[in-house]
Amino acid sequence: MKYYDKLIFELSKPGRTGYSLPEPASKDALSAIPAGLRRESDTCLPEVSEPDVVRHYTALSQMNFGVDTGFYPLGSCTMKYNPKINEEIAAMPAFSAVHPLQEDIPGINEIIDGLDHALCAITGMDHFTFLPCAGAHGELTGLMVMREYHLRRGDTGRTKVIVPDSAHGTNPASAAVCGLQVVEVKSGPDGLVDVESLRPLLGDDIAGIMMTNPNTLGLFERQIGEIAELVHGCGGLLYYDGANMNPLLGMVRPGDMGFDIMHLNLHKTFSTPHGGGGPGSGPVGVKAALADIATSLKVSGFHGNFGVMLRAYAYILSLGRQNIRLAGKLSVLGANYIKESLKDVYKLPIPSVCKHEFVFDGLVNDGAHDDVKGATTLDVAKRLLDYGYHAPTIYFPLLFHQAIMIEPTETESRETLDAFIDIMRKIAAEAAENPATLHDAPHTTPVSRPDETLAARHPVLKWQDSI
Amino acid sequence: MAKIIEGLRYSESHEWVKAEGNVAVVGVSDFAQEEMGDITYLDMPMVGDEFAAGDEFGALESVKASSDLYCPVSGKVIEVNETLEDAPENINSDPFGSWIIKLEMSDPSELDALMDAAAYQAATSK
Amino acid sequence: MAGFQYFPHTEEDIRAMLDRIGVSSLDDLYSDVPGSFIYDKEYDLPDAMSEQQIRDFFDRMASLTPRKTVFAGAGAYDHYTPSVIPYITSRSEFLTSYTPYQCEISQGTLRYIFEYQSLICSLTGMDVSNASMYDGPTAAAEAVRMCISATRGRNTVLVSQALLPNVREVIATYAKYSGTVIKLIACKDGRTDFADMRRLLEDGDVAGAIVPSVNRFGIIEDLDGFAAALHDAGALLTVYCDPSALAVLKTPGEWGADIAVGDCQSLGIPLCYGGPYAGFMACRNDYMRKLPGRIVGQTVDKDGRRAFVLTLQAREQHIRREKATSNICSNESLMALWVTVYMALMGPEGLKRVNELSCEGAHALYDGLLATGKFETAFKAPFLKEFVLRPLCDVKKLQQTLSDAGFFGALLTEEGYVSFCVTEKRTRAEIDALVETVRRAAL
Repeated sequence: MKYYDKLIFELSKPGRTGYSLPEPASKDALSAIPAGLRRESDTCLPEVSEPDVVRHYTALSQMNFGVDTGFYPLGSCTMKYNPKINEEIAAMPAFSAVHPLQEDIPGINEIIDGLDHALCAITGMDHFTFLPCAGAHGELTGLMVMREYHLRRGDTGRTKVIVPDSAHGTNPASAAVCGLQVVEVKSGPDGLVDVESLRPLLGDDIAGIMMTNPNTLGLFERQIGEIAELVHGCGGLLYYDGANMNPLLGMVRPGDMGFDIMHLNLHKTFSTPHGGGGPGSGPVGVKAALADIATSLKVSGFHGNFGVMLRAYAYILSLGRQNIRLAGKLSVLGANYIKESLKDVYKLPIPSVCKHEFVFDGLVNDGAHDDVKGATTLDVAKRLLDYGYHAPTIYFPLLFHQAIMIEPTETESRETLDAFIDIMRKIAAEAAENPATLHDAPHTTPVSRPDETLAARHPVLKWQDSI
Repeated sequence: MAKIIEGLRYSESHEWVKAEGNVAVVGVSDFAQEEMGDITYLDMPMVGDEFAAGDEFGALESVKASSDLYCPVSGKVIEVNETLEDAPENINSDPFGSWIIKLEMSDPSELDALMDAAAYQAATSK
Repeated sequence: MAGFQYFPHTEEDIRAMLDRIGVSSLDDLYSDVPGSFIYDKEYDLPDAMSEQQIRDFFDRMASLTPRKTVFAGAGAYDHYTPSVIPYITSRSEFLTSYTPYQCEISQGTLRYIFEYQSLICSLTGMDVSNASMYDGPTAAAEAVRMCISATRGRNTVLVSQALLPNVREVIATYAKYSGTVIKLIACKDGRTDFADMRRLLEDGDVAGAIVPSVNRFGIIEDLDGFAAALHDAGALLTVYCDPSALAVLKTPGEWGADIAVGDCQSLGIPLCYGGPYAGFMACRNDYMRKLPGRIVGQTVDKDGRRAFVLTLQAREQHIRREKATSNICSNESLMALWVTVYMALMGPEGLKRVNELSCEGAHALYDGLLATGKFETAFKAPFLKEFVLRPLCDVKKLQQTLSDAGFFGALLTEEGYVSFCVTEKRTRAEIDALVETVRRAAL
């Protein structure tokens, strides 16, 4: 990657244009608008030509790393290959030119119904709403379903929701903005929700529980059957955080485990591109008794991110009933393969079989000696960038101080995993020998270890602030 | 090893208090600033705000963490340390010299409920 | 095992990998899952399709989706998308990357978000913008929360009745579960009624108000005095606006607003049946640390080079967890890139011209429709590209007639008006054809 230091504003030259539009018919086409309602100040929009724009953004793209660039073992994010046909389908003018309030659209309706049906078949739920635009948005919507269910029954005292200490950070945040108080349930030494710790928390003030299964350590919550019985027994509902659905694809359905409400991240499980942080799609699935509630919740402007739904549906059609059987299994195969290949040089806090991802707790030998500081998880992550890999998720989950969370996905070959394993071992050896090599990493990227403290203490958040 | 100063009182949420007559001078401990890392921002109350012991009176932010500040004793804010607004890093370099607020205490006996240096030492070395 | 083009594993690979793990079959990897939860039935899904079959399927769905010439707005505007944009946004380094957590290999994403924030600030006249939100209505709902958290202890937000219905609905949904009281400010003569807002302010507890810049009747609101009245009451002004129109209309900043929100869709994002779009959210410096969502900031790297990072993260949900005031995690990054490239191509003159052409077209249609005698004026007020008329005919029939002629327009409002919208994409010939269709029809 080459360092390129321009911002589009710095290419601007008065008189250049990047647009082609006809002249308005009249001299003052805005004459109908009184002066008092018109803009007074200039804008900072740049004046650049079309080739300027193309070169600039191409140069920016070359400082970026995507799934197409290389292996992206970012735990919890399911960075699988994004099929190209899906992009072509989403760009078809027949779909992209449809106004959201148009009603005479049997083709689009058939697509949405088909996707709904397929997701229900895959998850064991009865109905999906597609309005949520992201995973966290789905969580919020799902919790609204939970609250509304209790409210409609006149059960207004259920204001608490149970969230395991290993949960994704969005879980407690979603609960809080949905007006629910978070009650944390501890994990046991095996990394699983401790049923005995859960039992005393249950009562008539509990709206439900939020769980992801497998959990954020990549471990299957074996006692989910008992947990479901207990939570249902106290009158609560079970919410499934679908961020970790991938290993269950083709094997296990959340609906069968007792979950009443769930969301899916179409941008994880169903291979739609992450786009540098969105657009995603976080449809919420519910059991039949909650379908009316789910349908009634207006949580975004129109029908959700239809363009993302198109891509996901195309992917599901390519999987079909045959290939879906292998999707989850191969993701689990890859994760266990890496785990078993590295556990002698990276600390594995919980040795059981994992699902699509697993967590190391730093290096076995971080090279610390005398006054020399050992190599941290951050150092390992930054060193991976030098070797052409995206780093795993680091410092999450919070249960371990040096967490390194690795998720390979089913679209990575054995050769790719072997090469990654070799590099991870090489980094471990470097750390043991001379941790300083790692403290300075990365060495080959366009920039290295930007000063985040400076950025937060003296915020420069737009171009005008910096000049 | 985080520094602890004799003669101050400490709260479980890592604020220190120095009693000067009826006035409580409040800051955060060395242990707290070490846990936070580089402090980037400090959210402070206004002079005149009143708090009960245990109330949130502000927050500290670092690059990767955020921590609310809790009032160790009840009282009215009579002064805030405005120099910290532009230099929150002073809390990192000199936590006991960087007081955050001064409170006019409504019940100085609340000080007795706080830890002394030895107790705080024990609490933070666990 | 039959081959599947996205899974690279051969039988031999699987065997070797299982051996390394020390299990004998793929099913053994699920030994921790109670048997009753293993789904052993056939999945109720179609047979796997080849790429060509997928293309054929969607071609067939496309043929069942009639293409209309769009003369409707109501929050989704048919502006022209220059060809450059999809070429840039489909570059896989942008398209297939995650959130820029590893800043060293994400400078591309971080830089365009910084540019996006700069452009949004400039269009709105605000000091700080986040990296984008899901869409306009959710951005408005987040603005409600921001008003509440910025004015400790208050719990009521005033919402203009002149805002689009979907904006009001999303606000109401979010507010219901967070326990925020929403009070509607009435409309008077097609505008947000200033006197009604003052009356509601007198009841106290008001954290802020959300009013449109261009409202659902297409009318450009005169917000003179709104900011002062709210600020006197210790409340915040949020203006919901169309960013494209802000190239020519008075900005939220110029009206004295504290927060600006809206939908970026009008900046060249295709209609796409409602999404993906991107919401924007910007505010004054005073509220920087209350702004939800991701924010990119400029800094230097260890060798002194200009670099960009996600910053002010202490505000965000993954740090605040149960103390969070917003749970937003991802933005609509690729759509932020989309509108950034759009704004770069258009420049100040291009974006102004988009508005001039839209305004001319809208006024031509307005005059043409009135001349058919099938409508009368609803309001005498300035509009840009969208307007309403009072129909003197059967609206259902009108809509059907337009649809049969290949047009989509004449959306019915809550009051029984019909609304139309004209962008720079609509030619004079299309406008004339629509008017002629209406003129000729027996309605």
